[in-house]
Amino acid sequence: MGLLDQRFENGNVFITSLDGLLNWARLSSLWQMQFGLACCAIEMMAASASNFDIMRFGIIPRATPRQVDVMFVAGTVTIKMASRIKRLYDQMSEPRYVISMGSCATCGGPYWEHGYHVLKGVDRVIPVDVYIPGCPPRPEALLEGIMKLQEKVRKESMVKKRA
Amino acid sequence: MTAQEIFDILKTKFGDAIIETKFDAMQPWVRIAPNKTKEICFFLRDDSALQFDYLSCLSGMDYNNGTFGVVYHLASIVHRHKIVLKTFCTKDNLHIQSVSAVWGTANWHEREAFDLYGIIFDEHPDLRRLLMPDDWEGHPLRKDYKVQEFYHGMKVPY
Ligand code: SF4
Repeated sequence: MGLLDQRFENGNVFITSLDGLLNWARLSSLWQMQFGLACCAIEMMAASASNFDIMRFGIIPRATPRQVDVMFVAGTVTIKMASRIKRLYDQMSEPRYVISMGSCATCGGPYWEHGYHVLKGVDRVIPVDVYIPGCPPRPEALLEGIMKLQEKVRKESMVKKRA
Repeated sequence: MTAQEIFDILKTKFGDAIIETKFDAMQPWVRIAPNKTKEICFFLRDDSALQFDYLSCLSGMDYNNGTFGVVYHLASIVHRHKIVLKTFCTKDNLHIQSVSAVWGTANWHEREAFDLYGIIFDEHPDLRRLLMPDDWEGHPLRKDYKVQEFYHGMKVPY
């Protein structure tokens, strides 16, 4: 689906599918859970600042899991934190998405061998939609990850009954 | 005040509780008895010629031969001198007297040493784990530590 404004042709009539409209609305307002775990969170903050301006994607940080669509797991997931992350994920309303940002959240990163305290990948406790490699990934990589997630949302159907 | 002078003062005051010393080390140290640490540290803090009012660091040690220990780095802001104290215990008797009544800093440092080495600080007001979860198995910085396979259903090793 192209941009909505290109659908206006003659007069004020435009045609789209209900799915397309809903998905367009959802992917343009992916609200983010406002939390970070380690050094990767610094890059996430840089992405929120004016140089990269994450808000142009409609991403607004919210301080409660009840109001968010996407959780960026930005940083090292310690085993102590893992159960908290699971609880936060459970508190998010569906449909919900998870972006694993950086090597730590993806597979344990530099702590993969001797890090007795680090969970070797957040996908051991919650499902992950997009993995972003890097230690830390630059803000551009985070933006790319967000666009990948938007593609995923675009292909979904809210109307069709799921099996 | 030099390490030699500090040692002499301690030796005359505490006798057998001051076990050995090494002055030619980069940081001269004095070894003291594990069941006398509190008494000695109170003296080091309160004596007007010594006045060790600052505990820079308290570290646990595993010497990999059945010996465990605690190392105290002390400094005096008033007199600008330093000393290192060491105290040893064995693996089957991991008891050392707490100094958290002497310096408040020691409270969390001792909890950390307890968490990561399993050293038990007698008379500590609140000896719980500091970093690891309360129900964690083992003490991770020990040389013979093996990480547990699962914690609450989460796989721990890679
Ligand atoms: S992946 Fe690298 S930068 Fe990111 S949290 Fe881990 S160590 Fe820090």
